[in-house]
Amino acid sequence: MTVDALTVEYWTRGGKIRAVEDVSFSLDKAETIGIVGESGSGKSTLGLSLIDLVPFPGRIIKGKIILKGKEVLKLRKDDMRNLRGKEICYVFQDPMTSLNPVKKISDHIVELIRTHEPQVTKQEALKRAKKLLKDVEIQPERINDYPHQLSGGMRQRVMIALAIALNPSIVVADEPTTALDVIVQAKILDLLNALRDAYGMALILITHDLSIVLQRSDRIMVMYAGHIVEYAPSIEIYSNPKHPYTQGLLKSIPNIELADQKLEAISGSPPDLLNLPKGCRFWPRCYFAFERCRSESPPLIKTGTEHFTRCFLHEEGRKT
Amino acid sequence: MLPTRRREKNVSQNEILKVDQLKKYFPVEKSFIEKVLTRTRHFVRAVDGVSFSVLKGEIFTLAGESGCGKTTTGKLVVRLIPPTGGKIFFDNVEITTLDHKALRMLKRKMQIIFQDPFASFNPRMKIGEAVGHPLEIHDIAKGLEKRKRVLEILERVGITPAEKFLNLYPHQMSGGQRQRAAMARALILQPEFVVADEPVSMIDVSLRTAIIDLMLNLRKDFELTYLFITHDLAIAKYISDRIAIMYLGKIVELGDKETIFSNPVHPYTQALLSAIPVPIPERIRKKTELIGEVPSAVNIPSGCRFRTRCQYAKKACEEKEPELILVSPNHYVACNLAAN
Repeated sequence: MTVDALTVEYWTRGGKIRAVEDVSFSLDKAETIGIVGESGSGKSTLGLSLIDLVPFPGRIIKGKIILKGKEVLKLRKDDMRNLRGKEICYVFQDPMTSLNPVKKISDHIVELIRTHEPQVTKQEALKRAKKLLKDVEIQPERINDYPHQLSGGMRQRVMIALAIALNPSIVVADEPTTALDVIVQAKILDLLNALRDAYGMALILITHDLSIVLQRSDRIMVMYAGHIVEYAPSIEIYSNPKHPYTQGLLKSIPNIELADQKLEAISGSPPDLLNLPKGCRFWPRCYFAFERCRSESPPLIKTGTEHFTRCFLHEEGRKT
Repeated sequence: MLPTRRREKNVSQNEILKVDQLKKYFPVEKSFIEKVLTRTRHFVRAVDGVSFSVLKGEIFTLAGESGCGKTTTGKLVVRLIPPTGGKIFFDNVEITTLDHKALRMLKRKMQIIFQDPFASFNPRMKIGEAVGHPLEIHDIAKGLEKRKRVLEILERVGITPAEKFLNLYPHQMSGGQRQRAAMARALILQPEFVVADEPVSMIDVSLRTAIIDLMLNLRKDFELTYLFITHDLAIAKYISDRIAIMYLGKIVELGDKETIFSNPVHPYTQALLSAIPVPIPERIRKKTELIGEVPSAVNIPSGCRFRTRCQYAKKACEEKEPELILVSPNHYVACNLAAN
């Protein structure tokens, strides 16, 4: 899949908000991309726009999403629906609100399979549902339970089972573990990793937790106020972060493996999207900001093989 | 024996808070048919015999997963809810059964900060008013004097320029600023002891560190003692002096933070620590696996409450409830196996 110059706007009473601006990236088979950012950075909007589900009053105003040679945003309604189940699937943050409380787990899975593959009989679908539950490590007996009978972690496993039911090529997991405790979180992330390898699907992991994406993804996209500010393999992000925001984030997260760590805070707070600073969106909080940052918005600059940074400090010919 | 008793002799003058066998049971509402047919009552044993003491000037952390009773303990300690059993001492005075009037005096000395700063402010009260409100309630200052103190404390917590914020409503401020204002409101009475219940978990990562640093600075300036409640062990490690790990309403391990992190003894602590994500690429740590999920606090397993998930559980664990015992200096563990 490739995404090119995607821009999403929300039309609000206060004016237009560009939640995602000029985002381009490509996703290889069976790789994990981590999208990390704070609330309001546009990471969830970006995830939703990949399946054209940006909620009203948002709309995609520019850009292309190409999946296996097809242009996603130009698809007709039924084709889009097909694509949502078979090609790209979404795992949401809160598993309680994404399952229908009056339907059994089996109904959820069977309905999904039979909607997309009408030729499958109920028996067959049930058999597949049981296998799926086994894949996500839930005892198959629980197939007749209702969502409220399951724990949070199990509900999230059911969501994952639904996401992989039709063997999609991409799974988008939006904060899949934020509502869960740390032990369950580790298990769910392990499960996603294992399924990615078993099913050969690509995974887009959206989270606010930099530790998780560093651990679990091949490449990381750092978002700030609707922009990608840095995009690189996770090893690069960890050992050679180039954008001041990424550097600041890395310095501000505690690491339990270090003794006597001194955390450094990033000063200021994220900008109001209705009232963005002129020039680079990060300059009011940036330690290195200079004249040009205040007037011009930097483009995403190639700063290494597969390493991109939106910062004037890394322009060619400039000494840092 | 219990850790608090053991220490009482030598350091009790330094104890600001002592909690002894604290319990809080919430009754479970029964359905109509159950009410008619049965007489037994069920309880959620949210806090089920917790004992610890907090020393003056330290940051003592209660850590654990959701449902382990850490927040309930925090609320009990500041007497926001009445305990079912056990005793609480503050400055060597028992406060478990104080009446309303005495409780009000107590609240000058102990305050609590909650997780969600938006929910803890009256949305129709301006920030200046909300922060100054405690001064009026306790008859300490009014009018200009109040305004002066409010400005002072707002500046101190990093809400600058304070004049600009006095007339704002909570929704006009950012999450980080609201949490700072919540701290200002807690500190305006100059308390000695502050319970901070997940103060940074709803705050964005880039602002979190600044809030934590602020808490640490305020501790120095106001000579505060914190009871810090969190589910995030990475933050717990950064901020605390001592940590108590809770599981299903009980403390399972208690010790200096270095000990807890370098030499965890309880299998639950080991599992918890091994699940924490580390910000290093491809560093999937070797995990201590746990069986199943946390049992319901209504039906707590007999004997050791952790045994249903413990890979080392023996027959004896079904019968004997382990007590917190000293395994090395300042390090207490509640595990039958560690006892031998």
